[in-house]
Amino acid sequence: MRVAAALAMLLLAAPLAAEAEGSRVPEGYVAMRGGDFTTALRYEDRPGRSRIAPFALMQRPVTNAQFRRFVQAHPHWRRDRVPRALAEARYLSHWEGPLQPGDAAQDARPVTWVSWFAADAYCQAQGARLPTWGEWEYAAAADETRADARGDRAFRERILAWYARPSDTPLPRAGLQAPNVHGVQDLHGLVWEWTEDFSSLLVSADNRQQGDAGRMEFCGAGALSMDDRENYAVLMRVAMLSSLGAADATANLGFRCARDLP
Amino acid sequence: MQRRDALTLLGLAVSLVLATTACDRRDTDTGDAPTDASAQTDTGGSRKGDFGPPQGEPVKAVLTAPPLVPPPTGRNYPAKVVVELDVVEKVMPISEGVEYTFWTFGGTVPGSFIRVRQGDTVEFHLRNMPDSKMPHNIDLHGVTGPGGGATSSFTAPGHRTQFTFKALNAGLYVYHCATAPVGMHVANGMYGLILVEPPEGLPEVDREYYVMQGDFYTLGKYREKGLQGFDMHKAIDENPTYVLFNGSEGALTGDKALKTNVDETVRLYVGNGGPNLVSSFHVIGEIFDKVWYEGGTRYQENVQTTLIPAGGAAMMEFHMEVPGSYVLVDHSLFRAFNKGALGILKAEGPENKAIYSGLEVDEVYLGDRAQPNMAAVATAAASQQAGELTLEQQVEAGKALFAGTCSTCHMPGGEGMEGVFPPLAKSDYIANDPLALPRVILHGLQGPITVNGTDYDSIMPPMSQLTDDEVANISTYVLNSWGNPGGRVTKAEAAQARASTPANASAGH
Repeated sequence: MRVAAALAMLLLAAPLAAEAEGSRVPEGYVAMRGGDFTTALRYEDRPGRSRIAPFALMQRPVTNAQFRRFVQAHPHWRRDRVPRALAEARYLSHWEGPLQPGDAAQDARPVTWVSWFAADAYCQAQGARLPTWGEWEYAAAADETRADARGDRAFRERILAWYARPSDTPLPRAGLQAPNVHGVQDLHGLVWEWTEDFSSLLVSADNRQQGDAGRMEFCGAGALSMDDRENYAVLMRVAMLSSLGAADATANLGFRCARDLP
Repeated sequence: MQRRDALTLLGLAVSLVLATTACDRRDTDTGDAPTDASAQTDTGGSRKGDFGPPQGEPVKAVLTAPPLVPPPTGRNYPAKVVVELDVVEKVMPISEGVEYTFWTFGGTVPGSFIRVRQGDTVEFHLRNMPDSKMPHNIDLHGVTGPGGGATSSFTAPGHRTQFTFKALNAGLYVYHCATAPVGMHVANGMYGLILVEPPEGLPEVDREYYVMQGDFYTLGKYREKGLQGFDMHKAIDENPTYVLFNGSEGALTGDKALKTNVDETVRLYVGNGGPNLVSSFHVIGEIFDKVWYEGGTRYQENVQTTLIPAGGAAMMEFHMEVPGSYVLVDHSLFRAFNKGALGILKAEGPENKAIYSGLEVDEVYLGDRAQPNMAAVATAAASQQAGELTLEQQVEAGKALFAGTCSTCHMPGGEGMEGVFPPLAKSDYIANDPLALPRVILHGLQGPITVNGTDYDSIMPPMSQLTDDEVANISTYVLNSWGNPGGRVTKAEAAQARASTPANASAGH
């Protein structure tokens, strides 16, 4: 019965969203209404709920095929031409050649081994941008039937189960998982994703110090800690992002783009 | 002489009459006992731990996988020591047929053993493998400085970090990952030991071994087969599924038992990674001649059981007099016999009947888990798949499994315990209904029953972690033992029994 009701909701919700926003949402993107949202993080300058403005988010992470077209059009982002300051030595190192993803990076798989600078450049080339952490967290709070499933233990366990598996096997294709209630896929369970403001997610390098000494390290918007201490799923993602520099790349870190909606 | 008197008085004040008699006796002794006056002056700790800049060529630290310990540094000067430790996330067995995704320092649980000398300058390289999913760092309790290294070693997958510290305090220290959520990183196996030798080194012994306890939290029940995920809620509730030495059940038993000989002195370096439990570490059949509590400078003598806090360690020495198997346990005993916290130290050599008459203790305590004889189980499983399983194979496999779990209550000879645990030998209950065997194994039993004329009213927990194969084999073994009527229980019958829950099933674990 609950499943049937949830399905009905899904069927109703999807066409409505498409009708309302369809005209101004580019292909491959999903309109996100935004609104008041309680982040699991605690920002010193933004206590309590924050407001997420309407935006559009790519339905799936950027794939190798999409990123190859970008590198073709913008050859200074080829792995053999990019300055090391913008992408570390292993940038796209899993591709067969500078323009050939090859077998290890099949077209439909999400692109990984990309630096923040490269991800940012990709989105800008599409007239888009990387999502902010707030936007990403808002979109990722949803499961298949609820806009905010974070209080559900089963939902959290599902996310943690992916965190607990090593990435020593090939990545699945993008778009295999069921869309969440917004129509977005693969926010969990596939790759980590860059956010525009990842470098302000400065949990201390020693994550046990949150809120304690060493305040000087994080002034202004950078200072944050966890408001929702049981939300390990978010905590681990923030820990991951805050361990990185903008030129860094890893085997399981990709991205997707976002756009403002009027 | 006057100084000694003053110290004796101090001893009096602090430790009452018992201490004075001890001191009085020592006055006539040779005087090198640990409570001797000269040993009671403090070592100066970190204030006297800096022996100046490193000398000589940099040394690459020898790292060892448990249960091995690197050789003594053998140096009498401070050196620069380079430690290269890799973070590896990998799937490994946590118990027979059970796998778990461990996060490790050096590919093992516990992580590689590090050995340096007090005053050494340690250049620490932490490398996080490219196929890791998580960032990691390291907090070494032997480091003086904020975070114990954690603030300087936060390392993304596929990256490396480096920091340097001077080992100012001698002792045995735990290291562990301190990346959020810290408890989860530790629960997944991210801990190990670093020994900072005092400048004069440690007394020479014949054997040194490295053992570390940890508690583990899996989604499935104890010994439930397959790849088991981490259970955050069990971890928060501090309700572990496994409590283990060296990261897996059987890491220190059977072929992998620690080995020594009669007349040798053994030193154990024992740590406790936690994340939650405190260990009451004990070796059945031995008395620790010396224990360096908390891995510190002084030792206590003649200790039976020593407490090792989570995030703490201890060193202990003992001399072997009698051959046989000595069982390492957490003396919080349900952890040892129901969650896996046991290991074996095997001493070989001539019997010494003057000291001990020589009965083996293994069988009573451990069943067959002390020996690697699960081969019969594997053979039966293979035959079952090939469709050629014989009655003999079933009985052999069932016998091995029975010794592991069932014999604890029903006794190795199936006689049970009158009025408490029903007998399985010559049982009218079984003769009347052979299929009660798979049913009760899988669903447990509670409520009053009568067996061979005696009433029983206790609870047997369901053993549903056993596979259908295993249930069929145990049942068949029981049917063909101790005067029972014979016959077989098939895998299909076990599967059928699993599918239907009887009214008198027990609630389970």
